Amino acid sequence: MGISRRQFLGFLGAAAGTTAVSVKKSEAAANKEFKGYPGSFGVLHDTTRCIGCRKCEQACNKVNELPLPKIPFDDLSVLNTKRRTQQDAYTVVNRFVENNEGQPVFVKSQCNHCLEPACASACFVKALRKVKTGAVIYDASLCVGCRYCMIACPFNIPAYEYNNPLTPRIMKCTMCHPRIEKGLIPGCVESCPKEALTFGPREKLLKTARQRIEKYPDKYIDYIYGESEMGGTSWLYLSGRPFKEIGMREDLGIQPAATFTSGPLATVPVIVGLWPVLLTGIYAISKRKEKISEEERIEAVSRSVAVAGEVMKAKLAALKDTMTKEKEAAINLEVRRALEEAAKKSESEQQAESAKDEPSDTSKEDK
Amino acid sequence: MSQETARVNESIFTPFNVISGIIIIAGLIVTVLRFTKGLGAVTNLDNNNPWGIWIGFDLLCGVALAAGGFVTSAACYIFGLKRYHSAVRPAILTAFLGYALVVLALHYDVGRPWRLPYPIFISQGTTSLLFEVALCVFLYLSVLFIEYSPAALEWLGLKKIRSMIVKLTLVLTIFGVILSTLHQSSLGALFMIAPSKLHPLWYSNYLMVYFFVSSIFAGLSMVIFEGTLAHRYFHHKMDETHLKESKDVAFGFGKAASFVMMGYVGIKLIGISIDNNWHYLTTGWGVWYLFELIGFVALPAFIYAIAVREKNLRLVQSASLISIIGVVLNRFNISLVAFNWQLPSAERYFPSWSEIVISLFVVTLGIVVYRFIVTRMPIFYEHPDYQHDN
Amino acid sequence: MDTIFYTLQDFMIHSKSITYILIGGILIGLMLFWLFLTGRDEKKRTF
Ligand code: SF4
Ligand code: SF4
Ligand code: SF4
Repeated sequence: MGISRRQFLGFLGAAAGTTAVSVKKSEAAANKEFKGYPGSFGVLHDTTRCIGCRKCEQACNKVNELPLPKIPFDDLSVLNTKRRTQQDAYTVVNRFVENNEGQPVFVKSQCNHCLEPACASACFVKALRKVKTGAVIYDASLCVGCRYCMIACPFNIPAYEYNNPLTPRIMKCTMCHPRIEKGLIPGCVESCPKEALTFGPREKLLKTARQRIEKYPDKYIDYIYGESEMGGTSWLYLSGRPFKEIGMREDLGIQPAATFTSGPLATVPVIVGLWPVLLTGIYAISKRKEKISEEERIEAVSRSVAVAGEVMKAKLAALKDTMTKEKEAAINLEVRRALEEAAKKSESEQQAESAKDEPSDTSKEDK
Repeated sequence: MSQETARVNESIFTPFNVISGIIIIAGLIVTVLRFTKGLGAVTNLDNNNPWGIWIGFDLLCGVALAAGGFVTSAACYIFGLKRYHSAVRPAILTAFLGYALVVLALHYDVGRPWRLPYPIFISQGTTSLLFEVALCVFLYLSVLFIEYSPAALEWLGLKKIRSMIVKLTLVLTIFGVILSTLHQSSLGALFMIAPSKLHPLWYSNYLMVYFFVSSIFAGLSMVIFEGTLAHRYFHHKMDETHLKESKDVAFGFGKAASFVMMGYVGIKLIGISIDNNWHYLTTGWGVWYLFELIGFVALPAFIYAIAVREKNLRLVQSASLISIIGVVLNRFNISLVAFNWQLPSAERYFPSWSEIVISLFVVTLGIVVYRFIVTRMPIFYEHPDYQHDN
Repeated sequence: MDTIFYTLQDFMIHSKSITYILIGGILIGLMLFWLFLTGRDEKKRTF
């Protein structure tokens, strides 16, 4: 059920000419369910067909003009170790053998071109974008090289030119976006001798995949990997073995990465709105308290100075009564201190009495 | 002022100068390597482990430990705790230097450092929490610079500008608290995009809150710890107010840190409970998690409490050190240890010596600049000309 | 203003960008409003 090249060109024409037209507005706008670019492309990788010939790796290397690896592509011994995508290899094929018996399974890995890419969500300069062809593309002219996209990608795909001191780039499969725009299909798909890779509109690939599962229920696990992983990916996988066993994570969930961070992102503006109010409020309260205690202090001090020479105790009782009960305790202390001070003074220098406005030790400097 | 006289007779080859000199030279060598051979030559980073200690230590810990600036200025100017006034300047200075060094360290880590302003001025990736962090760190660094500048202006004798800036104190403080809240918490939220990579015990929807709250006690502890060191080495620089208040600061901040830390332990447990992660606690990861939480948060909180009750200054100071180590441990756990926990051990990251050299280099640079400033500018004392108008 | 968003990512870029500009405005607005609010208060040294 693969898609022929002519068919594909037809799709491309339709998609390119009518991207906007083909969507009914009610579907895409006005609500918060996002279905992805209509008619965007994807690739279906049927691992049951893959023979691990590494032709796709070779083609990818060629179309992307990457440096030739030391070990040539027809040397299959590299399959003995598990590999991941690298700065000079946008795609790698891995072999998974089930405890030495049974057929090995080969799985090609590359960027999955997520419908809601974690990498794009993470990039703080919009250097990674999902475009309408379905590809997630990278713009090196914006990239700062922070590598947060690599932290974010749940499939560990983006690689980085660590040995480039000043102009390192993020390197990852482009879904052959430049080729698609020219009307060509991805290099890896084109080169696959077994039709293990099928290129076409994602919707159509999903149908194809379902048909295959239905037709050969014994051959396939009833699951299309990528249909909903992390909100769905443009690259889809079929397998005869549980995906966990062929190196693919089954615990990623169906939530797009953007939903993990939308909470924190939404908190930010609210804090900016609320904090000034809250903080100014706290400030105003502390200021007011300060003002009150300041006034009371001055009041208490001046009164106590006035009565200092005369019958202190009686007047002190009266003074206490005039004060409200809540503030009593706090003021008591001040008053007592002021009184003692005044008393001391009056004892020592009885003649010079009320000339001074404030006892010196209470005029604590305020900053 | 005659600050220099005290050091005139000293030989240049003091232990401090020798050690910092060696580190700085080593740092410069690695710097050259970094910018000629690339990250690959000097770091152990790889495609699976894109962030190492330059992010885990220099960025995450640097920012957390520089939180003393906003905590102290908020306590003094917003909450009206005027008795901590003398702690504000040193704290703001440390924060300013801390952030400046964080930004410096980022120049080593990112691929094209001259593009660091891109997220703010060229292309705004607003869906990224890193954008939020970048924006806030940029703004906060500017705020801290302005907040710190009166000290420099007093030193230079520029009275007019100084008094203008001092009038802005409250606005700057509020602005600083907002920005700090945002980026301290967003640093934690950075990791929320990768639930599949971070161990569930550390991954939580509360990561934002955890980072923010832990930054508060990191800041408080840092102020205490820094005060300890400053007393040892810059005692002669301190004026009476500073000396009088510094004990108060240590006990007050210790008390605050203690309670905040206990609250933090509480919300950490809530996080485990809400995700029902209890069963992980019995695994090796769980032991490590409890080691961090009990050994480096609950324990120092308790030590703080005892120290404050018994008015034991030494104990407060040791608690502050343990707390600081705890925060560093937490940031390491999240960014390095529990990150990529599912990878086979052969693919895990361990820093190379040159990465450590750069981290030490950055810290040393900070200490040298700090020393330069506090021996010249009015940080630990009030400038006699301005004593009465602030 | 009738942009059609096909992906959550595009939607978020759009809405967050506007929000970021908005919060900048709110910050300044709140500050000015506070000055207006307290404009007739007796002048007092604030710090
Ligand atoms: S697989 Fe990774 S790199 Fe590719 S689009 Fe998804 S998140 Fe981005
Ligand atoms: S490394 Fe480049 S592409 Fe990746 S998140 Fe950073 S700026 Fe964006
Ligand atoms: S789509 Fe293109 S870039 Fe991606 S793996 Fe295939 S050939 Fe390579």
